[in-house]
Amino acid sequence: MSSVLEGSDYRERPVGTGETLLELDELVVEYETAGPPVRAVDHVNLTIGAGETVGLAGESGCGKSTCGNAIMGILRSPARLAGGRVLFRGEDITGLDTEEQRRYRWRNVSMVFQSAMNALNPVMRVGDQFADMMAAHENINKKDAIERAGDLLEKVGIDRRRVRSYPHQLSGGMRQRTVIAMALALSPELVIMDEPTTALDVVVQREILEEIQELQKELGFAVLFITHDLSLLVEFADRIAIMYAGEIVETAPARELFESSRHPYTEGLMHSFPPLTGEMTRLIGIPGTPPDLAMPPAGCRFHPRCAFCVPEKAALYARQTTERPVLREVGPGHFVACHLVEEGGR
Amino acid sequence: MSAVPAVDQALEVIGLSKYFEVPGSEHFWQPRRKLHAVDDVSFTLAPGTITALVGESGSGKTTVARLIARLYEPTSGKIVFEGREEPRHVNRTANLRYRRQVQMIFQDPFDSLNPVKTVSYLIGRPLRIHKIVPRGQEQERVHELLETVGLIPPGVVAAKYPHELSGGQRQRVAIARALAVTPRVILADEPTSMLDVSIRIGILNLMIRLKEEHDLAFLFVTHDLASARYVADELLVMYAGQIVERGPTEAVLSDPLHPYTRLLISAAPDPNAGLHARKLAARTPQDLAVEQESACRFVGRCPLAIDICSTTPPVLAEAGRGRMARCHVTAPGGTQ
Repeated sequence: MSSVLEGSDYRERPVGTGETLLELDELVVEYETAGPPVRAVDHVNLTIGAGETVGLAGESGCGKSTCGNAIMGILRSPARLAGGRVLFRGEDITGLDTEEQRRYRWRNVSMVFQSAMNALNPVMRVGDQFADMMAAHENINKKDAIERAGDLLEKVGIDRRRVRSYPHQLSGGMRQRTVIAMALALSPELVIMDEPTTALDVVVQREILEEIQELQKELGFAVLFITHDLSLLVEFADRIAIMYAGEIVETAPARELFESSRHPYTEGLMHSFPPLTGEMTRLIGIPGTPPDLAMPPAGCRFHPRCAFCVPEKAALYARQTTERPVLREVGPGHFVACHLVEEGGR
Repeated sequence: MSAVPAVDQALEVIGLSKYFEVPGSEHFWQPRRKLHAVDDVSFTLAPGTITALVGESGSGKTTVARLIARLYEPTSGKIVFEGREEPRHVNRTANLRYRRQVQMIFQDPFDSLNPVKTVSYLIGRPLRIHKIVPRGQEQERVHELLETVGLIPPGVVAAKYPHELSGGQRQRVAIARALAVTPRVILADEPTSMLDVSIRIGILNLMIRLKEEHDLAFLFVTHDLASARYVADELLVMYAGQIVERGPTEAVLSDPLHPYTRLLISAAPDPNAGLHARKLAARTPQDLAVEQESACRFVGRCPLAIDICSTTPPVLAEAGRGRMARCHVTAPGGTQ
């Protein structure tokens, strides 16, 4: 399987320059277990252009967060990189030594974690935490660091005097903003956001997402937005990749994916959230549960849950249950890994 | 289903309030303040309907559910169950009787199920406590309940421990446990917010089916307007401890009266509304001001505020077609 996601010239919004910033090339990540290793990420190819917002969506356990950790270079036992490359501006970061990786992290790629509420040290003032992080990466005195922390807080809509606050004195939304400010501190080119707003109220969630978009316009960083909530991505991402059981099964520009998704799994995800406006129909979601990655189903991993996989269609059924589908281009920038689509069934 | 006389309300709350005492602003020697977590809330839950209670964290929506479940004692107000007022202080027997009718489902199915007990034990426990079925028939009833919530084959699921189940399956076990006592009212506190989007819809569909088949009255506490729209017949919108708008779900969402309801709608993700098309209707102040007795609680965030909003708190006023709103601008007419 070649890297089929080359380039990002089909972006909807020309926010970036079109150059490739990050590339996952046949990435494989395995978790060591008592038994055979569990492959959480299985030959994933993904490209993120400079300034682009790419959404990575899928159910719990599909490997989306593991992808983020691999890009950040923070896979720790029992997870390990078992194959493939992570290319940042063409350089493979998996080959860097510890010190080089430490410098790459935060300066080139930073991350906003899922539990950002807990990402702050509860017994340190917010400003000191900024200063600590800056001191680890550059030669800066404390006073200047605190000054810059104030500037960063102001950028995300927090009063600069809050550098004197302890995390518990901030609301959940403010803590999340603080963590985002910290991720932007060294002007990275890519910020990985792993469920950045899941724990927050809808209103605060929206404010923060809008702020991220504003900051992105101003500072030009790219975002990899990891979430299970596809409805958010449709509004906020330029391009969306759908992950299932360790594989990317469909990727397309956001609007294209919303209006004409092709993979039955994507279709299922799209029909999992009720609409707030328009006609209301009874939704069915996706029957069944994701497979155990220690024993993934043969052939297409989605076939046990797929409504289009029936023994009556013998030839197709044989392919679906034995042959792994690969990503094929079905429209400009729209790739699907599905036998049914390949054979013109959808 | 049961021999309850036909009433159009299973449960009614009248003027329900709960104040918590919180430390004074900066120093311990300052007097403690009263936090109006729930302030004069009234509504009814009818059999065979789902009533959604929406609002942001800290709006008091969970406190309302907990007050009705008698996990908190109200500061004032009444709970009327099937036409009969529940005393404010109750002994254990009365509590058991009440909880046989009113059950609660919690947000986190990872916390609400004892990890060292099997599903069979967890669902069988309310059957034993409330002496619902003779001892010999307990297993049979547990299996029936598991089938009702879509956990099949029941024999296999019953023998499992919570950690062997997915989040969605656990929440179904929690629902089966609540159903075990054949309650009239179920209080569901954010039952889907900890679950994956793809699993949520199954739980919502289950709620709709249970409401129809068992004529249950549901209170569905959520912050997700789209889920509320999907399941709820009635919508209650709460802000800072008060109901600010109520009415039939579709009417409220298609033509919201209160500016807070409008804000919630503008904030909810809705791909149908178009990409990058909407902007928030108001901003959240970074430091919420201490609530003032003499003003509308939403005034600090309100884009429509006029002079009276800072001097007189609005009341929940009739707004026609079964709707009510608490706003001087969009639902005038109510004066205290």
